[in-house]
Amino acid sequence: MQMRFLSVPDNVGLARVAIAALAAQAPFSLSDIDEIKVAVSEAVSNAIIHGYKGKPDGWVELTGTLDKLGLTIVIEDFGVGIADIEQARQPSFSSDPERMGLGFVFMESFMHGLHVESTVGKGTRVEMQRFATIQGELSRDAQ
Amino acid sequence: MTIVHTIQGNRILVAIHGDLDLTTAAPLREALDELLDRYREKALVLDLSEVEFIDSSGLGVILGRYRRMGNRTLSLVGVRPSVKAVLELAGITAIISVTDAVKPAVKDQHV
Repeated sequence: MQMRFLSVPDNVGLARVAIAALAAQAPFSLSDIDEIKVAVSEAVSNAIIHGYKGKPDGWVELTGTLDKLGLTIVIEDFGVGIADIEQARQPSFSSDPERMGLGFVFMESFMHGLHVESTVGKGTRVEMQRFATIQGELSRDAQ
Repeated sequence: MTIVHTIQGNRILVAIHGDLDLTTAAPLREALDELLDRYREKALVLDLSEVEFIDSSGLGVILGRYRRMGNRTLSLVGVRPSVKAVLELAGITAIISVTDAVKPAVKDQHV
């Protein structure tokens, strides 16, 4: 699934709904999907607030890929980029006192892998993975 | 998002309907600040029973109001499990009183 949308706040909800619909095709629980939605919401919000500094005319690209292991999500913007990724990923690092600086913390906590690439002046690419949980029971003969 | 406020004795009860994210953070912040300024002595209770989603933008509004209120009390009621998971991860449950949503009553089952 691929989407491209403008950097306006209303599209944060659009991205959440789209990724939830995709995740529902895999063996994720409702609780899993809730957590995936939070991670996507944070990444898209970061793109709008930090990548484009709130300007509504930037493009954000969202890609979701389902495979045997689960769901891989890529969120990319073409904005200002992040000068120091390690610092940005620290809890409570935020340029806005009303924000908690927890965006990357939520992404890391709710997903099973987070990779961030960024080039100042060119943009930021966030890749996240969430593994599906498959439960089952082996019969005695199969053990 | 819509919000409905009710004054009950010494508290402002605000029922929020909708997602708390980047889109709704600013209007919610403005509405709550207006109420806090209008009723300067009252505690604030946010009813989140109709909030299915919250992210760090929504949390920022709640934590910002908590800081702004000083000695006044802020509490959250009707918190759904999906919202509570986010509140717990952020550590908000350690500083703000949080009451879970009431589970729907189990209907009588006739065999």
